[in-house]
This record gives sequence, structure tokens and C-alpha cells, in this order.
Amino acid sequence: MTTTAVASRPIAAPETLHQPSHFPIWEVWLGLRRVPSGMVGLSIVIVHLLIALLSPFVAPYDPAAFDTSAVRAAPSAEHLFGTDKLGRDVFSCTLLGGRVALVVTIAATFLAMLWGGLVGITVGYLGGWADQIVMRLVDAVLAVPRLLVLLLLANIFGTGANVLIPALGFLSGLAVIRIARAATLDFVSRDFILAAYAIGARKRTIILRELLPNVVDLLLVEGALRWSWMLLTFSALSFLGFGVAPPTPDWGLMIANSRDVLMLAPWATFFPIFAISTLIVGVNLFAGALAKAIGLDRGGRAAG
Amino acid sequence: MGNLLHRFILSLIVLGLVAVVVFVLVEALPGDAATAFLGQQATPEGLAQVRLRLGLDRPAHERFFEWAGGILRGDLGVSLMRDEPINDFLWTRLRNSLLLGLSAALVGFPLAIGLGVIAGLTRDRWPDLTLSTGSLIGMSMPDFVIATLLIYVFSVQLRWFPAVTLVNPDAPVLELLPNIVLPIATLTILLTAYILRIMRTGIIEVMRSDYIRVARMKGLHHVVILFRHALPNALLPTITVSALTVAWLIGNLVVIEAVFNYPGIGTLMLSAIQNRDLPLVQSIAIIMAVIYLTVNLTADLLTLALNPRLRVRG
Repeated sequence: MTTTAVASRPIAAPETLHQPSHFPIWEVWLGLRRVPSGMVGLSIVIVHLLIALLSPFVAPYDPAAFDTSAVRAAPSAEHLFGTDKLGRDVFSCTLLGGRVALVVTIAATFLAMLWGGLVGITVGYLGGWADQIVMRLVDAVLAVPRLLVLLLLANIFGTGANVLIPALGFLSGLAVIRIARAATLDFVSRDFILAAYAIGARKRTIILRELLPNVVDLLLVEGALRWSWMLLTFSALSFLGFGVAPPTPDWGLMIANSRDVLMLAPWATFFPIFAISTLIVGVNLFAGALAKAIGLDRGGRAAG
Repeated sequence: MGNLLHRFILSLIVLGLVAVVVFVLVEALPGDAATAFLGQQATPEGLAQVRLRLGLDRPAHERFFEWAGGILRGDLGVSLMRDEPINDFLWTRLRNSLLLGLSAALVGFPLAIGLGVIAGLTRDRWPDLTLSTGSLIGMSMPDFVIATLLIYVFSVQLRWFPAVTLVNPDAPVLELLPNIVLPIATLTILLTAYILRIMRTGIIEVMRSDYIRVARMKGLHHVVILFRHALPNALLPTITVSALTVAWLIGNLVVIEAVFNYPGIGTLMLSAIQNRDLPLVQSIAIIMAVIYLTVNLTADLLTLALNPRLRVRG
């Protein structure tokens, strides 16, 4: 099977024994620095991360405290972003409202990349029945709407990071399996893998030392896209009331709670909308630039 | 054709696996369908009654084959929260959702393809920059945010359309019409934002290829080049991505329908989950999976029909 694949492959120049770059991530960074939109995206994301880190010290009001004397107050010097229908300070809530979302989605993204990447590379390398069975199972789980599974799990096991991180990480990892497997298939019949096999390298060594460094750049792009998907999904969950328990401020929850006073206090809806949208714009810009930097997006590469 | 038959059989296998996955997911939850449904108020008699009705006293594999067999015969079982056969109310909900989805597809696909072509042809000039930025923003806003902003502009400020749907699920299509404009607009914006980008990249790639250069040197009119030579090839990646986008939107219908309180399959799914009506959740999961697989298969068929290389050989 592998030998026929090699024979039919039109190889322009004989490949030398492969030398995986020592710092693939450093090379990605060098490429990324040449894409201006990526730097913009990265800056937006960093600003969001800084706000999330510093907000507990900066927020002027307790996000759960009601000010009954100032309900639905318009933005003023006292309440920069106004107050919501219960008199909570929208500025403080908006500053703090991304913390849970960021922690949950970043942790779940790493989980997804880790398990999805390893399973994808392994089945891509092994091929055969293991590959067929795993991929058909992945197809089957992906055919069920992920939001349905997440809502069901959140309803049965309760909301919170301990449920949502593994659930989001598991479901999102399925898409990573597909990408990692497809990327691995490009390499399995290359000479350096065959050579490693010929000198008797163990399967685990080939997977971790030869294949992983070569697909890690693709996994990074996929990770950025997964992160953006998870932020969207987490916000949908919390909008529907399955993300964050109420006293904790969260953008999705704030939008859901203030929607019915859209006419009277639009600021209570617009500031969380602005916050979540800018964060995801930043992540998407970064993901697009990452793809460009490693030469995935061919339309973009010709320009740069 | 052999390829297509292969895909079809593969889809059927995957559908069988979906049934297993959905069944196992529900089985793996703590307790069973009866304890989940009755929750805190469960009495031993109530539990026994629900268990008897669901046949929970029998082994899991027996129940799986009976359940799967029922679905094959078109019998989805009985809903716990509505206390009536699922078949009696699920299909009108599905009809309402399909009305949304198909209308959005009818508007969204031509719009996305047209705008994508414009963006691709005017690459890095202002029409492209405007469209690409717009699509980036559309992709980056959660669906409930887009819906909320549309409600703010068209319901709160302009008062053109209702913000929530206040009709019976069984209402004839004509009565649903004023209610579906904003949900359809939300879906259309999302579809367009995602598909425009792929179409743009497709056009840019194809217009740079050798065969388009040859067509230009032959002196063909640029309209002929675009429609006869470039478009079919540029559409190929777009179709695959469109199928994935549509599939993703089916799952996210729950959010859009919840915002507008629209009586579709998404809101039905939400209330089934809130009431822990597991038989109904299972049925909805299977139906959504069938739609997902059908959309993917259709995309494969379209790709096959459009691919000039396959056409010449056939």
C-alpha cells in the first residue's frame, strides 16, 4: 500500500533525509510578523487578555451590586457605560464579563488540540482498519449538532468550567482529528518517514518526533479557528442560560438579560456585544494571518 | 457514479453509527430517562410508570434495536413532556425550520457567490476590502448578536417586523411570513459571511491559473471566461464549505429560533432538553443528523456534476 503510493508520487527532486526544524513555532512567528492584519488581531486579543487579568483590580463597582437609585441610567461620568435594568454598572460587568469565557475556551482549545492532534496523527499514520473505524465514528458524532450535545450535558451535569471544558474540548477535538489526519497523510509516504521506519524507529517515536513537528503548524492554525468557534459556542450557551451561573458577569448572559430593555437601555446590550465581537474579530484576524504565514492560504501568499 | 454510490453507502453506515452514538450518549447519562424526566418530584410509583411506558426494564441492546427499528418504520416513539406521539407534532416544527433554512439558502447562496466573485475580481481594491471586512465582522458576531442588532434596527427603531413570533406552530405558511423575515435575514447574513470568503479565494485562485490565461490569450470575452470557464471551478471548494456551513447552522438554529421565539425544531429541541425529555431529544438528534448527511451528500453530487474533469471523462 505505502510502496505503491511512493511509486506513483511524482517526485521532482530526490528528497534528502528530513531535518525537522528545531523551532517550528519560531518560524511561524517570523512569518506571522510579516502579516499586518495578524498583528492587529494579536493586539486585540492581548488587550482582551490584559483586561481579563486586570479587571478585578480596575472595575469601579461590584458587578453584582444593584444601585436601585440608578436603574437603566444612561452612560455618564459616574457610570461610564450606564447601568442595566437592575442598576448594575455595565462598565464593570463588561470588563469582567470575558473572564470565564476566556478561561474555558482557552483550556478547551488546548485540550482539543492535544487529543485531536494525537489521535489524528496516529490514525493517519496507522491507516487501515483503525483509521476507518475512528474516522467513521468521528463522522457520526459530528453529524449530531454539537450544541445539542453541549446543552444536554450542561442540563444534566450542570453548568460550569468543570463540565464545559471537557465537553467543548472533546467535541472540538473531533474536527482537529480530521485536520491532523489529513495533514499526516501528506507525510506518511515521504522518504524520511520510510527511512525512520527502516532504521527500526518505534511507532511512538515516528509519531512524536517525525510527524508531529511537521504538522504542528497546521495544528496551530486549526487551534486558532477552534478557539474562535469555541468563543462563539460558549457565548451561545451562556446566552441560552447554560454557560455561567447568574451572579458571575458574562457577555452572553448580559446580552440575554438586557435584550428586553433594548429600547430603554440599549447600552446595556451594546457594550457586551462590542466586547465579544471585537474579541472574536481579533481571534479570526489572527487565525487568518497564521494561515497566511505558513502558506496555507494560497490566495494571500501570492500577495505577500 | 461508483464514487457516488460509495459515498451513499458510507453515509448510511455513518447514520447507523449516529443512532448508536445518540443511544449510548443517553444511556451513559446518570440515572435513566425516567429519573431524568421526573427529577426531584419523582415518586416510586411515577418512576415505575414511566419506566414501564419506555420499556426501561428490558436490556439496553434490546431497546436499541426496537428504537432503531421504530425509526426505520417511521415511528419516533412517545414524547414524555407532551405525552403524545412525537410524530404528531415534530413534523410541523421541522417544516417551520425548513421554511427558514431554505429561504435563507435561496437568498444567501446567490448573494454570497455574487459578492464573492466581485470581491475576488476586485482583489485588494475597495469593493473587496469592504466585502472582506464585512464578512469578517459577520463571522465574528455570535448569531444571537446579529439577531439582536436586527431586532434593534427593524423592530425597535423602524417597527417594520415583529421582534418575536406569536403564532401557533401549526399556522399556515402565510401567517408565518411576517415573522420569518428577521430570522431569515440573520441566517442569510451568517451564510453570506462564511461562503463569500471561500468564493473569493476560489475566484482568485482560478483567475491566476494557466487555463484562464490561455482563454484570455485566445481573446475570449471576459464574461465568457468568467461564467463558462472560471465559475464552475471556483465553485468547487465553495460547495464543500457551504455544506459544512449549512450543517453548522442546523445546529445553531436553536439560538436563532430562541431569540425570535420561533416555533421550529430548534426551540423544540431546547424545551426537550430543558424538560429532559430524552426520547424527544434522541429523535431530534437523529433527524438533524439525517439532514446533515443529506446536505453533505448533495454537496458531493453537485461537486461531481460541476467538475469539468469528471464531466469530460463521463
